[in-house]
Amino acid sequence: MTTPSSPRPPPVIRLEGVTRVYSAGSNAVHALAGIDLVIEAGEMVAIMGASGSGKSTMMNILGCLDTPTAGRYELDGTSVVGLSRNELADLRSRKLGFVFQGFNLLARTTALENVELPLLYDRSGRFTGRESPAPAALRRVGLGARMHHVPGELSGGQQQRVAIARALVTNPSLLLADEPTGNLDSHTSIEIMALFQELNAQGITIVLVTHEHDIAEHAQRIVEMRDGRIVRDAPVTERRMAAPAQAAAGVAA
Amino acid sequence: MRKRALFGIATRSILRNKMRTLLTMLGIVIGVAAVIVMVALGQGAQTMIETQIKGLGTNMLMIMAGSSSQGGVSQGAATFNRLTIPDAEKLAREGTTLAAVSPVIFSRGQLIGGVGNWRTAIMGVSPNYQVIRDWPAQSGSFFTEADLRSVRRVVVLGSTVANALFPDSDPVGQQVQLRNVPFTVIGVLTPKGQNAGGTDQDDTVIIPYTTAQAHLAGHSRIGQIIASTFSPGDIPAAQEEIRAIMRESHKLAPGEDDDFTIRNQDDIAAAASGTTRVMSMLLAAIASISLVVGGIGIMNIMLVSVTERTREIGIRMAIGARSSDVLSQFLVESIVISVAGGLIGIVLGYGASIALARATGWAVAMPPQAALIAVLFSAAVGVFFGFYPARKAAALDPIQALRYE
Repeated sequence: MTTPSSPRPPPVIRLEGVTRVYSAGSNAVHALAGIDLVIEAGEMVAIMGASGSGKSTMMNILGCLDTPTAGRYELDGTSVVGLSRNELADLRSRKLGFVFQGFNLLARTTALENVELPLLYDRSGRFTGRESPAPAALRRVGLGARMHHVPGELSGGQQQRVAIARALVTNPSLLLADEPTGNLDSHTSIEIMALFQELNAQGITIVLVTHEHDIAEHAQRIVEMRDGRIVRDAPVTERRMAAPAQAAAGVAA
Repeated sequence: MRKRALFGIATRSILRNKMRTLLTMLGIVIGVAAVIVMVALGQGAQTMIETQIKGLGTNMLMIMAGSSSQGGVSQGAATFNRLTIPDAEKLAREGTTLAAVSPVIFSRGQLIGGVGNWRTAIMGVSPNYQVIRDWPAQSGSFFTEADLRSVRRVVVLGSTVANALFPDSDPVGQQVQLRNVPFTVIGVLTPKGQNAGGTDQDDTVIIPYTTAQAHLAGHSRIGQIIASTFSPGDIPAAQEEIRAIMRESHKLAPGEDDDFTIRNQDDIAAAASGTTRVMSMLLAAIASISLVVGGIGIMNIMLVSVTERTREIGIRMAIGARSSDVLSQFLVESIVISVAGGLIGIVLGYGASIALARATGWAVAMPPQAALIAVLFSAAVGVFFGFYPARKAAALDPIQALRYE
């Protein structure tokens, strides 16, 4: 939330020498072994890696669900190291939006209520006394007509759209998506990627974790991890663009 | 807004599992209802006893031999601690606050006459007894001063005795034998019902005390002297006056303990209602055990619920819920269950009390504050037994919770 006098805003993510060590009995597991990474506002980055590469730990740290054992992590200019549980919760509420593989919507709760959920935990007072931003968020993901449906009445793609609307509703600095297409068929996956590209084009910073190459190629930049280290960090040369027509069709569905 | 939202979340998740919630609530419902019924019964019994004691007579005082508190020193057999006719006469003569005085000689005996015989209580008193006890005759009349002075063998029957021996006829004028001594029935008293101790006050016969002393050998000892004052306000003054007269009559030196006890109706009422109060508190305490069992039921279900909803808790934490938010969510849920159960229990308890009163004829009284206490108590049960599960939910690690299947 700091607005320095310099013309450039701070990067959304700055990791410096981040390590995360789990102690499993006597031997220590280095899930992250010295990560340096900068992600600027407006980027769309895919983090790739096989299982055990440390990408889940990376995701948890980026999502402020876990804190580094050593190193520095600044999220949108705020240092995350050494924060208490409550401060981390508030940071997630203010600056982050999560999209999970399994959608993770509350069952038997309407789309609108699911999207309103993060507003309940907002302590900044940004939304009090104002019109709820939830309907707008649902319209933004193309579900304006499905607001009062419960997850059981929605397709997988639609459920993931609700989850994306929920992540967007607090206007976060960063949208974190963990295998967002993992539970979807390829057609629906492309629709969801189209939505991410559309939101990114509107200026939202997106980090997605995936192990699928063709999904990762929808991003501008791919960070590849192995054994807790970044082994490759390069822009996508031939970026896949989900056809706008297809995206539009998905929105209409 | 946040508090209302919390309440909304709680009710929604409760309604999602209607059957389970209902069964969980049942423990609290039964507990609260049981407490209410027990309190209603206890209160009813107490009120009944109070009315009965008021029915003993107006402004009545009782003087009994012996001291109830003797400074921890046993009074020897030689101690002069009985009541005498001169005591009663002196009280009647000198007591300015006393409207009427009567000695009472108690004994028991067989009454033969009418259709059979009947063992009953015999009381030897003076005509003032009727005034003190405020006990009119339903047929015939009470005996007079003349009967007393002439030591006449006349008897007044209590209604129970009259109904037992003369079921179809008026006993007035009939001959009966009381301990094999012939007596003439001159009156039947109106029914008074049971006293505070549950004794039938109408199962008695009343004769002049002079006759009792003369004809019922070995039963001349005066058990008590009863007296009445002109108005209830005179009771304290009368108690002092009686004490002074009695001490003089018994020739007690200053500093010596009283060898008699004076009791007024309030003392009797307090003793009797003290017993019922203990009884009803005991009953309510036993009933509240079921409330505690109900609370354990809530805790059990809340623990299941926390495990079931681990993933939901993870989601809520990921999107910014603090531990305290999760804690209050589950706490509010258990409070909503227990208070709703409490409200249903109050309705059920009141209903059951009324039904019980109708079916058995027992007196019940339902103090309105019992409902308030029941609600507060069930809320407290909700907090107490909901805290541990809620705390468990709040302490979950969001990463683990999100991964939970």
